[in-house]
Amino acid sequence: MADVVLLDLWVSPFGQRCRIALAAKGVAYEYREQDLSNKSELLLRSNPVHRMIPVLLHGGRPVCESLLIVQYIDEAWPVAPRLLPGDPYARAQARFWADFVDKKIFDCGTRLWKCNGAALEQATRDMIEALGALEAELGGKDYFGGEDLGFLDVALAPFTAWFRTYEQCGGFAVAEHCPGLAAWADRCRGRDDVASALTDPDKVYEFALTLKEKFGDK
Amino acid sequence: MAGGDDLKLLGAWPSPFVVRVKLALSFKGLSFENVEEDLGNKSELLVSSNPVQKKVPVLLHNGKPICESMVIVQYIDEAFAGTGPSLLSSDPHERAVARFWAAYVDDKLVTSWVQSFRGKTEEDKSEGTKQMFAALQTLEGALRECSKGEGYFGGESVGLVDVSLGGLLSWLNATEEMSGTKIFDPVKTPLLAAWAERLRELDGAKLAFPDKDRMVEFIQKRQAQAAAAAAAAASEK
Repeated sequence: MADVVLLDLWVSPFGQRCRIALAAKGVAYEYREQDLSNKSELLLRSNPVHRMIPVLLHGGRPVCESLLIVQYIDEAWPVAPRLLPGDPYARAQARFWADFVDKKIFDCGTRLWKCNGAALEQATRDMIEALGALEAELGGKDYFGGEDLGFLDVALAPFTAWFRTYEQCGGFAVAEHCPGLAAWADRCRGRDDVASALTDPDKVYEFALTLKEKFGDK
Repeated sequence: MAGGDDLKLLGAWPSPFVVRVKLALSFKGLSFENVEEDLGNKSELLVSSNPVQKKVPVLLHNGKPICESMVIVQYIDEAFAGTGPSLLSSDPHERAVARFWAAYVDDKLVTSWVQSFRGKTEEDKSEGTKQMFAALQTLEGALRECSKGEGYFGGESVGLVDVSLGGLLSWLNATEEMSGTKIFDPVKTPLLAAWAERLRELDGAKLAFPDKDRMVEFIQKRQAQAAAAAAAAASEK
């Protein structure tokens, strides 16, 4: 087994966070696609508590939970770009907003493909509000991390591949409500380390439609 | 304490998330001003300091706000790195494991315990209870692994997970008293039961934990309010 292994799923934004961090740091790793309908021994052994991807194995030792994996990558390979800044207050802000992405963006995003009618309208309003809060946090900066990719950029970037899905389901345009965030998304996608990790937005939409068929509200 | 460090905690005494912050501050030997919020009538300061969630706890350090209990706890550990014990190891893998279990407490234990209390049906509630005991069994294993034979999740001294789980102790103890069922059962989860006793004896814990009888009274009042609201809703049908 290679020294660094990532157990992952092609479309998972959580797995993509890890891929971006590894690429940004220039860390060579072995990518292992997982079949979640038939979980591998290695996955079950490495993440017995949640049995979920992503899992990073470094020297055989597992690290689980995407944001914890990103912090681990930042600490185990303390080279540029430093994803979390040195200042404790700035670190706290980055962690707060990354947690916000998990709680709000992922939740609203799920409701956007899953729900219909009034629930869908609420999900759309909630998503626009959440993206607006992130737009305000970005301010006029190139990245949430300042001049280069930071923790919050890595946490949010994979969800930009889902913007088209959110827009199609909710009937709104990200660029209209959050022009700064839309520009940031383009900027991120122009980078190799991000672009190589993200799924094509059309494929994401296709995938979301299959989810809707299987699990969506009738 | 370092000169010129003004620490103000916006909190509510029963909240386990607030207790976590108090534990971290006490373990680090930091003094702070405790501001008790009326959650039914939130202060300007709270709303302006945490506009996104409008929740407690919020720590103000020289006027700058930090929100979310475990974000605050890590902030305290980093901003006051030279003061008192470290809540996290310097080894990246150990840090990742500690953060994992600290998050597990929120994802699995808090969620299931809330369901056991606030579940809409008796079935919901008993499912919550079942999941809570399953989570405690998992945490027993985590304690065995993390403590490496010592007394705390942090090893010889308290760490991040001790703070994360410790914040819940008063609620869990009050629940034990009210239901008559042991939550930290010395037979099922002996390490956790011993850990709970050990933590409660620490000076830092004594400063942070609300009084048990006051806690029981508070929960009983909350349950009575919930029952009255449910009865009123039912009678309106």
